Amino acid sequence: MFRLEPRAVPSVLWQVATPIIAVLATMIAGGILFALMGFDPVAAIRTIFWDPLFGPASGYSRPQLLVKAGPLILIACGLAVGFRAGIWNIGAEGQYIIGAICGAAVALAAYPTEAWWIFPAMVLAGAVGGWAWGMIPALLRNWFGASEILVSLMLVYVAKKIAAWMAFGPMKNPEGFGFPGSRNLQQYPSASNPELISGTGLHWGVIAALIAVLAIWVLMSRSLIGFHIRVAGEAPRAARFAGVMPGRLVALCLGLSGALAGMAGLFEVAGPAGQITDSFGTGYGFTAIIVAFLGRLHPIGILLAGLLLALTYIGGELAQMSLNLPAASVQVFQGMLLFFLLGFDLLTRFRIRWRPHA
Amino acid sequence: MITDPMALLALLIAAATPILFAALGEMVVERAGVLNLGVEGMMITGALAGFAAAHATGSPTVGFVAAALAGAALSLIFAVLTLGLLTNQVATGLALTLFGLGLTAMFGRPYEGVKAPPVRFDWVIWAGLAMVPLLWWWLNRSRSGLVLRAVGENHEAAHGLGYPVRALRLAAIAFGGAMAGVGGAYISIARVLQWTEGMTAGAGWIAVAIVVFAGWSPWGVLAGAWLFGGVTVLHLRAQAAGFAVPTQLLAASPYLATILALVLISARAKFSRSGAGSAPGSLGQTFHATR
Repeated sequence: MFRLEPRAVPSVLWQVATPIIAVLATMIAGGILFALMGFDPVAAIRTIFWDPLFGPASGYSRPQLLVKAGPLILIACGLAVGFRAGIWNIGAEGQYIIGAICGAAVALAAYPTEAWWIFPAMVLAGAVGGWAWGMIPALLRNWFGASEILVSLMLVYVAKKIAAWMAFGPMKNPEGFGFPGSRNLQQYPSASNPELISGTGLHWGVIAALIAVLAIWVLMSRSLIGFHIRVAGEAPRAARFAGVMPGRLVALCLGLSGALAGMAGLFEVAGPAGQITDSFGTGYGFTAIIVAFLGRLHPIGILLAGLLLALTYIGGELAQMSLNLPAASVQVFQGMLLFFLLGFDLLTRFRIRWRPHA
Repeated sequence: MITDPMALLALLIAAATPILFAALGEMVVERAGVLNLGVEGMMITGALAGFAAAHATGSPTVGFVAAALAGAALSLIFAVLTLGLLTNQVATGLALTLFGLGLTAMFGRPYEGVKAPPVRFDWVIWAGLAMVPLLWWWLNRSRSGLVLRAVGENHEAAHGLGYPVRALRLAAIAFGGAMAGVGGAYISIARVLQWTEGMTAGAGWIAVAIVVFAGWSPWGVLAGAWLFGGVTVLHLRAQAAGFAVPTQLLAASPYLATILALVLISARAKFSRSGAGSAPGSLGQTFHATR
């Protein structure tokens, strides 16, 4: 019989190897799924994972890699800090939407003034909006013991309704010929978040994401707060003796991840998306959960995982255009990836031993 | 605008039925000590499988059976991962929801815009209501129900006494999946009469919240589901009556009501000293038999 023997220390080798194995397993399982649906599995996998980088149209798709990875990395960096401490912010999607609305509100209020301070003020407003939306579940957990998982998630649906209200009501473009949706910020120079180096996809959100990777790495490995977060997650009881205040940790983690998600929303509305619409939420907040896990809750891992999932988005769009593959197949891929990752993770914590007679 | 109280009650109960099924299933799962956050994914899968089967056979009954099977099948992925490969239940449940939403969006395309025959399914409503006393009796008065609760309270002790922890949890998870599937199918087959991508719109998450609100009791689940049904009906009435609040904001009321209910119940549990209405002891913890 096979027996699972807990390892004293998680295996570093398997920690690095499991994400790679999980990606390969997802490709195989995805290929089988596509074959069952009547598509050529090899062509589908190549279109999703290879063509965006090296295919004939890669000149157009490669810059998209940074555009899509930026928000994912920014959000996942914040989520990973909370997940490390056992604090489950599942509502980043809502914080992302509220951040976008708050940031856009600053721009729309200032319109048509042109001034250097408008964009920085928008970034600040986006971060504060996301922070505030993240503090709701934090305070309700600290004051009343309400589950932050459920409250933050319910707030995603509330945020979506607020975005719809904004698009049809207060933020509706007065020159929009009656169509719902705000003014397009891409056409408002002081408020727009343009591509900084032509042809790279690099915008301020990507730069913020890279800074976040660095900052989170310093926070987690070089600071007392980082130590507290790790202790709280690994040994909640010991954490109390180490001087960790659980309430403060909850507020810190949810506030931090909310602020980063809010900033991601602002960079999106001022750049690639351009305007607040009734369907502003794009699922980045949920995909970032996968990015955080795939990156092993480690900043460098998150950077790589963010790029990989960005690749699946772009590859998914390519596959939709060239092979007529359903757009939702990317979501299926992402779900499967998380399943495989969690499953193979067994190998980092346990040894599998064979025993003839158990 | 309907003002007849009986008609309003009927609307309320119909609005509550999907949540009632899903929440009763999740309550049993959590009583066994497992936190499955994949309810939304299992509900949407049930909604599509039920609609597709009902459409193909012309029989809504077949639709509900198919929905139960589909929900249970999806829940088995969760069971294999959490029970067999000892994965984190929160993360695995989330993965199940993301996977279910993607899978249904992918396979549901041909059913967009297809109309289902307009039939009413009162027997499903009655079946949901009958499950409440039945589950109460089973959890409190039957031997197997007590063993399930023991497994949920303390899996180490239950394992020590020789109870099959993993087998019971597997059964509970499959039951929860089947119930969520039926709840989802009620939305697509009986309430909305069509299939649209993401049509469960958070109902599965509300079901998970209602289990907390219910203090893990079947009667509490019924009260929670009806409270939610009441808010849904009220918001639709208010919308029809041309209330001064923008409709998009009124549509947020079920979610806000769920948060409010969660806060009130959590506060009561936090500030009361008795253990009544508190979570099962082993909820959310991974079980690994060391001998």
